[in-house]
Amino acid sequence: MTAAVVTPGRPARERRSARGRPLTPVSGLGLGVAMLWFSLLVLIPLSAVVATAGEGGWSGFWRTVTNEQTAAAIRLTVGVALLVTVVNVVMGTLIAWVLVRDQFFGKRFLEVLIDIPFALPTIVAGLVLLSLYGPESPLGVDVANTRVAVFLAFLFVTLPFVVRMVQPVLQELDREVEEAAASLGASRFTTFRRIVLPSLTPAIAAGAALSFARGVSEYGSLVLLSGNLPFKTEVASVRILISIEGDNTAGAAATATVLLVISLFTIVALDLIQRRVANRG
Amino acid sequence: MGKYVLRFVAAAYLLLLVAWPVSLVAKNTFADGFTELRSILEDPDVTHALQLTVQVAIAAVVINTVFGVGISILLVRYEFPGKRLLSPLIDLPLSVSPVVVGLALILVYGGRDGWFGPTLEDAGFQIIFATPGIVLATTFVALPLVIREVVPVLEEVGIEQEQAAQSLGANALQTFRRITLPSIRWAVVYGVVLSLARSLGEFGAVKVVSGNVLGETRTATLVVEEKYLNFDRGGAYATAFLLAIVSVACIVVVSIIRPKEGSE
Repeated sequence: MTAAVVTPGRPARERRSARGRPLTPVSGLGLGVAMLWFSLLVLIPLSAVVATAGEGGWSGFWRTVTNEQTAAAIRLTVGVALLVTVVNVVMGTLIAWVLVRDQFFGKRFLEVLIDIPFALPTIVAGLVLLSLYGPESPLGVDVANTRVAVFLAFLFVTLPFVVRMVQPVLQELDREVEEAAASLGASRFTTFRRIVLPSLTPAIAAGAALSFARGVSEYGSLVLLSGNLPFKTEVASVRILISIEGDNTAGAAATATVLLVISLFTIVALDLIQRRVANRG
Repeated sequence: MGKYVLRFVAAAYLLLLVAWPVSLVAKNTFADGFTELRSILEDPDVTHALQLTVQVAIAAVVINTVFGVGISILLVRYEFPGKRLLSPLIDLPLSVSPVVVGLALILVYGGRDGWFGPTLEDAGFQIIFATPGIVLATTFVALPLVIREVVPVLEEVGIEQEQAAQSLGANALQTFRRITLPSIRWAVVYGVVLSLARSLGEFGAVKVVSGNVLGETRTATLVVEEKYLNFDRGGAYATAFLLAIVSVACIVVVSIIRPKEGSE
């Protein structure tokens, strides 16, 4: 049994439509307390970011986010996150396939490796990558302070998402259909493309959305690795931090709002994908 | 033939991206035997940072467990207006940049010009640049983890047993303690372990809200950064090693208990 240890992509929402009870006085009170806490911790602070970004009006917001350095940082972040998502779609599906369909010595070990990026502190992740791909690399590859370092850091932190979304779907898949296709003369590649891939697509898409959102918001693993050079390796999160440290709260809030909008879009897309899957299944 | 190529590609990718780099941290830590590890454990600033990290993580895990179990039960078992909107909102903290989390908390709880900060400060509560701010930031980033584990299990077990207990005269608390809690026990355990790993390792959000004061609000992850930037590579690797050991242990613990439950 190859149970996924961490399922970062599992949706925290109802799948079966067993309707719940109406609220009782006690559960109503509980809901009130929970919502108060959630608002104080998450909703009000995030609204404050958007409100602060809007203080200077639309023109102020637009001027900040189209500032040459900020725009370069946002472009780099989104570009590298997209590239990493493409790699994850291919490699994540491949790894999930190997973990589900193949049996070999050391598979359990690979299973644990997948989850390490999810649990490892991001600053440690940066240090870890620096020790193999930095100035003292035993491989002789030094990518520190280059865009390759940004790519590598994103690749590391987003590793689990596609794998962990695809794995359970692949396990549930009915193998008889594949055998039938093969017996009718389909090559292994054709079987994969025509039979397996269509049923994996929603899971792959959901994993891709999660890894894109995670990549765009990454900060910790880049601190030591990328050098944060303006116009070259500076990502959006670093740009926000520099604005905060320079007491430019409005600028920080404007860039932060762009990131928030991106993650909101990704979450909505993910929700729609999962809804479609739930309706079909 | 194709099978072996795929197996090789997957294994090589994971070794180059994860296993080899992570193992180098252990190697660099023990390059001079136990000297580095001993020297950071004898440094009072580092031990203070480690203590603070553990205290903050425990506080965040307790808050998120109580909140998480409560909100999971409400989401799965009850109907209320806005429920449809709440579930995706709860996932939001996982995809918000830690730096944005820090900024958001400063804008509301900052002592100088936050929305609530000055009022709270007048009443004697300092949040930002103090421990409560670090706890808030850590709680924020780990918020969905317990919920994501508990909700699917609650859906899976259904409500028949709970209804039976209630029809036999059990009150809400008895039903929760005797029926609901045992069935979601393992999900809560996974959620707690994952939240613990996430909370111990939070860096970006804590960096923004803590003020990073040596011996006061500097956490373990901030020590790693500070030591590395001050050319104390040995100290940085040793502290990183301690953090990595804990997070890898969390993952291994979950991977050992989870399959057992699956086969029950």
